[in-house]
Amino acid sequence: MTGFASPLTGYLLVAALLFAIGLAGALVRRNAIMVLIGIELMLNAANLNFIAFWRYGPHPEALTGMMFAIFSIAVAAAEAAVGLGLVIAIYRHTGTTELDKINRMKG
Amino acid sequence: MNPVFYILAALTIGGGLAAMLLKHLIHAALAVTVAFAGLALLFLQLDAQFAGFAQILIYIGAVAILIVFAILLTHGAELPKGGVFSKSWLVGLVIAAGVFAVLAWAILQSIRALPQQAAAPVVTVHDIGNALVGRYVLPLEIVALLLTAATIGAVIVAMHEKAVQK
Repeated sequence: MTGFASPLTGYLLVAALLFAIGLAGALVRRNAIMVLIGIELMLNAANLNFIAFWRYGPHPEALTGMMFAIFSIAVAAAEAAVGLGLVIAIYRHTGTTELDKINRMKG
Repeated sequence: MNPVFYILAALTIGGGLAAMLLKHLIHAALAVTVAFAGLALLFLQLDAQFAGFAQILIYIGAVAILIVFAILLTHGAELPKGGVFSKSWLVGLVIAAGVFAVLAWAILQSIRALPQQAAAPVVTVHDIGNALVGRYVLPLEIVALLLTAATIGAVIVAMHEKAVQK
């Protein structure tokens, strides 16, 4: 029992670090698929926050945070499907998935 | 704070870091799967069994496989010539570090205001199902519509271009 005053603090710090890692990956990597993976990590960090606040909040029986996390997982799954479909379509069109080579909006 | 939390946190953060640093896309996809698994175990540690198993099913079962398929379909397994990081990597790193600094500062400032220990909530899948078709029925329907639209949209977008032009 050392370190943080509350276990919630530990979970929030882990989520913040994971969010920062995902953000760094989305900003720094050149491949479009890696950017999508970074976005997935950021969404997962937000889910961890929802679940942690649900667990240590005053009314866990209301299930608000849990429901938010479940709907967030569903929306993230839809986002991943559409995002990866777009990456495949762009690869067919331009022959690359490297974002700094895709610099034209038209054809 | 028990040691299990530290192990799971190290697993999750290590998986995320490895995913963002590894050069090969396939290795990165495997590392991000480790991070997803660590998150699912953290959910279980937080007594959210349903969310934990949903995380395993959806992220490890579906999203990770989808990422591997996308890598293989776009020949992402080959290493790019110009390196894996963009030219403006320093700016991105500074922004991410700044965001983490602000978030960590806010969390550490509010340690006293955060709730301390709480009894483990007893929530069965039965309760979650009742809430989903009771209080949360409208979001459930909207998510159903969204998933249908996203599935059709993903198929249409990824369909072969010639097939669309017919």
